[in-house]
Amino acid sequence: MSSTAGKLVTSRSELELDHPNIEDYLPSGSSINEPRGKLRLRDLLDISPTLTEAAGAIVDDSFTRCFKSNPPEPWNWNIYLFPLWCCGVVVRYCLLFPLRCITLAFGWIIFLSAFIPLHSLLKGQDRLRKKIERVLVEMICSFFVASWTGVVRYHGPRPSIRPKQVYVANHTSMIDFIVLEQMTAFAVIMQKHPGWVGLLQSTILESVGCIWFNRSEAKDREIVARKLRDHVLGTDNNPLLIFPEGTCVNNNYTVMFKKGAFELDCTVCPIAIKYNKIFVDAFWNSRKQSFTMHLLQLMTSWAVVCEVWYLEPQTIRPGETAIEFAERVRGMISHRAGLKKVPWDGYLKYSRPSSKHSERKQQSFAESILARLEDK
Amino acid sequence: MGNTSSMLTQYDIEEVQSHCQDLFEQQEILSLYQRFCQLDRNAKGFISSDEFLSVPEFAMNPLSLRLLKMVDGLNFKDFVAFLSAFSAKASLKQKVKLIFQVYDSDCNGKVSFKDIMEVLRDLSGSFMSDEQRERVLSQVLKEAGYTNDSFLTLEDFIKVFGSCKPEMDVEIPVD
Repeated sequence: MSSTAGKLVTSRSELELDHPNIEDYLPSGSSINEPRGKLRLRDLLDISPTLTEAAGAIVDDSFTRCFKSNPPEPWNWNIYLFPLWCCGVVVRYCLLFPLRCITLAFGWIIFLSAFIPLHSLLKGQDRLRKKIERVLVEMICSFFVASWTGVVRYHGPRPSIRPKQVYVANHTSMIDFIVLEQMTAFAVIMQKHPGWVGLLQSTILESVGCIWFNRSEAKDREIVARKLRDHVLGTDNNPLLIFPEGTCVNNNYTVMFKKGAFELDCTVCPIAIKYNKIFVDAFWNSRKQSFTMHLLQLMTSWAVVCEVWYLEPQTIRPGETAIEFAERVRGMISHRAGLKKVPWDGYLKYSRPSSKHSERKQQSFAESILARLEDK
Repeated sequence: MGNTSSMLTQYDIEEVQSHCQDLFEQQEILSLYQRFCQLDRNAKGFISSDEFLSVPEFAMNPLSLRLLKMVDGLNFKDFVAFLSAFSAKASLKQKVKLIFQVYDSDCNGKVSFKDIMEVLRDLSGSFMSDEQRERVLSQVLKEAGYTNDSFLTLEDFIKVFGSCKPEMDVEIPVD
């Protein structure tokens, strides 16, 4: 990926290789309609189809919709609802929030006092150490979930530790990872974050076996693909969890899945996650909020309610490409969680679409003009 | 950011409505305002080029750079006025006027052979050679009774489009 944060650059190969034909998805009347007959001045001057597409995109587009966080509807507009709401705020901030902080602190104390000695004492006995670390990580994640009063319902068979399998899920926020981790200690592939999250990543998550990637590194993709393959083949490694969207989406849509997870030549087990928006909007809009603010917001809401479905493991069918496989799994996850599919690459948040798409439109325009010229 | 009708009063809406010659309903103006605030990330009061180009569907459009020159830095009132040409209620003259303005990039009221060539170049890219474009354009101009040195005005454009309104309608989604 040749994009750097803050500066938008058209990045070519990566985006193109990653997704099937956008034209199949986009609701366009074709950019240039196909009139027949002799070419007239009016036909040449009439740029209205192209203009209409551009204006349509300005007015509403499916990509921006994926990242829109809807502010909750205020319901406290009444003389009797307002005091009720005020009581709610008081309860949430002055009662629940301190209680939750205490719970979380308590959990951390237990965790660290067990984890740190364990890490040094059992240096030699890897298997035992890993087992206990797994349990500890699951425990601290449960504490996290408790600190938001998380109500999580799991459906389907629990993940098992087997080689040659990979788990994929839709992505709404980093808490997806915590919600899933409290049930099974997964190994993840994540973007390295700054700050205290980065510290957590390099210490604790290392123990469950995490892989780092860097969106802004161009060559990173091959290195990461190799690491993924090595991890999946190892028998003793924790099951690998991948979020193929590559970015957080607002839990109403799914963007295109990157095919990396689907080329590893192993079974893919889809997981669908759906948050109940009535209680809190769990979408982490990383452009608007830091993770700390996001966590604080969760800890001062009533509850985080979500459903997790472990779906049937899938393997690539003969004659199916990795991209088609990815789309099929995306269809399964979207269907289960009630999300709409959009044909966009999540990384378009960070870079511009490649010129290939506009070139395609130019080509069809040129061809239609030249064809009608021959018509004379 | 993203706050809706609490930011626009009835007076504001009516002012915007009269500025766009009543081509939009009040609900549509509210939706457009939501959209404007969504695109204008730091509430500057206008949308910058970068923010327009962050909409992939817009960035993929061959005429995006030309349109960008026309919409970059517009405040909300002018933004609505620009989009009003795409309303279903807009007249033929209003729609053709927008098309004319896209061609007339130097805003001198005249569209020359060169101006049309530039738009053609944007639309066909590397898939037509310059001489092919010149040939096509000269041919259709001659048939319509103009020469390569003619300057087309808005009236000429309206005459060329005749009575057939260009299909240029965009529906504003209203929740």
